[in-house]
Amino acid sequence: MLKTFAKGGVHPPENKFSANRPIEVLSLPAKVTIPVSQHIGAPATIVVSKGDKVKVGQLIAQGAGFVSANIHSSVSGTVESIEPVLDSSGYKRPAITIAVEGDEWEPTIDRSPELKRHIDADAQTIIKKIAEAGIVGLGGATFPSHVKLSVPAGKKADVLIINGVECEPYLTSDHRLMLEKGHELMVGIQLLMRALNVDKALVGIENNKPDAIKYLSEIAKEYPGITAHALKVKYPQGGEKQLIKALINREVPSGGLPIDIGAVVHNVGTAYAVYEAVQKNKPLFERVVTVTGKNLPKPSNFLVRIGTPVSELIAAAGGLPDDTAKVVNGGPMMGKAVTDITVPVTKGTSGIIVFPAAESKRKAESVCIRCAKCVSACPMGLEPYLLIRMSQRMMFDKMEHERVLDCMECGSCSFECPANLPLLDYIRLGKTEVNKIIRARKN
Amino acid sequence: MDSKLVVSPSPHVHSGESTRRLMFNVVLALMPAFAVSLYYFGIGALFVTLLSILSCVLFEYLIQKFILKVQPTITDGSAIVTGLLFAFNVPSNLPWYIVVTGSLFAIGVAKMSFGGLGSNPFNPALAARVFMLISFPVQMTSWPLPIESRLKYIDAVTGPTPLAILKEGLKKGDTISQIADQIPSHLQLFMGVMGGSLGEISALALLIGFAWLLYKKVITWRIPISIFATIFVFTGILWLINPEQNADPIFHLVTGGVMIGAIYMATDYVTSPMHPKGMLIFGLGIGLLTVIIRVWGAYPEGVSFAILIMNAFVPLINRYVKPKRFGEEVKRNG
Repeated sequence: MLKTFAKGGVHPPENKFSANRPIEVLSLPAKVTIPVSQHIGAPATIVVSKGDKVKVGQLIAQGAGFVSANIHSSVSGTVESIEPVLDSSGYKRPAITIAVEGDEWEPTIDRSPELKRHIDADAQTIIKKIAEAGIVGLGGATFPSHVKLSVPAGKKADVLIINGVECEPYLTSDHRLMLEKGHELMVGIQLLMRALNVDKALVGIENNKPDAIKYLSEIAKEYPGITAHALKVKYPQGGEKQLIKALINREVPSGGLPIDIGAVVHNVGTAYAVYEAVQKNKPLFERVVTVTGKNLPKPSNFLVRIGTPVSELIAAAGGLPDDTAKVVNGGPMMGKAVTDITVPVTKGTSGIIVFPAAESKRKAESVCIRCAKCVSACPMGLEPYLLIRMSQRMMFDKMEHERVLDCMECGSCSFECPANLPLLDYIRLGKTEVNKIIRARKN
Repeated sequence: MDSKLVVSPSPHVHSGESTRRLMFNVVLALMPAFAVSLYYFGIGALFVTLLSILSCVLFEYLIQKFILKVQPTITDGSAIVTGLLFAFNVPSNLPWYIVVTGSLFAIGVAKMSFGGLGSNPFNPALAARVFMLISFPVQMTSWPLPIESRLKYIDAVTGPTPLAILKEGLKKGDTISQIADQIPSHLQLFMGVMGGSLGEISALALLIGFAWLLYKKVITWRIPISIFATIFVFTGILWLINPEQNADPIFHLVTGGVMIGAIYMATDYVTSPMHPKGMLIFGLGIGLLTVIIRVWGAYPEGVSFAILIMNAFVPLINRYVKPKRFGEEVKRNG
């Protein structure tokens, strides 16, 4: 019996069309637009000016405070403008636009393809390098990685969990990375283990990627402390709390963090970025992005420079199908629909999915028949049917009592609802209002 | 592409499940029982069932269109299920006007007056059955005999149900072994060779439908199995104490409305609890009440009353029996 998390979960169709497509390097665009707010926390402070010449890997915006992240140029060229640009959030936010000229990298970056296995750096150095490289959680949450690695006083990590679950349908970027960069990934995991001072790391992979499980289990023998584990396919197993539960059967307390129970979770993409940052001196300015869709001619996995317009990726994957009506940045369960395909790829872009018109609009909603499918689906043990009613009646204090803030917005309830009720929409509204209430109480 | 992109919050995919499909699967699950009913009760079963479905759908349409003045929702299939279940809970020789009145009560009173689908506290088909049982006690308890009544409707040959034989016999002071020869064998009971409501007789056919509902994930095992288990254990204890005064547990499971009640009526989404634990409590309550009514009550059969009584407790159960939240109990092992 394969392990999985205990409570709730759903089985959306996997549709991993690009699973067998090796990672291709996407050709450089004419221009990149790099937002300074690509992570959770304060936007980075811009340190270049219009007209400046920049190189690949050069710092262009400095992390503002501890919970923030550095941003580096992904291309060489001239800073064309610094102004708010529409990004995948749907808002115009400050960004640096650079016209590409050649491909000149910072000389400090080690561009050799050799695997660098030997680790010199100590924990402090590793964390410092990760912060300098601007690494954030590449699974999509984009939380600055150095913050997660800085364990607060009084707490102790005893296990590192590496998220290779990729439970979102369609997406295959982590899958390809595990297959093609296995050894680099392993060294990255060792670096994270050293940074946290733990001697055990578990890589969780869903059973729909048997090739990755086999390969990583095989090579993990060369890296003491690291083991790969097959997990039963169930969404949202890639949720931090669900993955910890599945692998080591510990429950993060409501309102708490994984470190409260001695665990730290990082995505495989993040671990790979850590390898590059520490061993190769390479900041985070490119990532693997899945470009896919049922009618897209050539679903692909691309290595993309941050700031490349999404439209370039779609063009390289065969062009936008005529029937496209929705383009999503991220997975189909938690991703964000973009308003325009010119928006740039950011650090959190794990995939781009184009949906045909037939699958773009929600079906008409009907009344709740109290089937309890939402209750069974919720991985946090909440009651979405009740939360939507409370939210519609603006009973936000009651929603707090019903632990609405435990909701991680995985979308399982809305996915299952036979009445097509916008459960998650109303729960989000409730979360926003409850957060306001909590803030007001503190002040 | 010139037209603008659709922008909506996540999730961007849906299971494709719909109220209509769920209802359709319930109808499908009831088809084996309907086939058995047609085999044993013939034209009576066909007429009563069609009339019941037709009047339920028609009343829903008329009430929504002319009284509530809303867009009729008869295509969601819920009125069809109510009509089918009401028919399955009455004798196949029930006069047409009782069928129509019962349908009106189910849809008009039990369902629509509470706000329609999703808002009714009591199972509409059962509420109608009990209302009709109290209003027309004679017609509602004259049970056509299987097979011989195939080509008859009102003029069907009738006889008592096994449960009624049991109740009468025990009342007269007979022992179980004295009553036994008037009652069909367990196997016959399981196949449905007995008098009874037109859709409740065949445990086998109803269990096939149960398997379908589980396979299609329309319902979970919790309510039916907790009802079966409670009835089995409770009547089993009574039987072990005094096998001459109490029927055996298998007899209790395959007679009367236990199968149809537990699988199709108690699991009605709207009138059953929302949480796994609540469902078990609900099933336990129905099982206990059924046995209490059967053994000590005035009626030979108690499933309908038991379900309706427990329906009334559902809001309370939903309020006090909450699912276990993730991270509620901090657990650390390993």
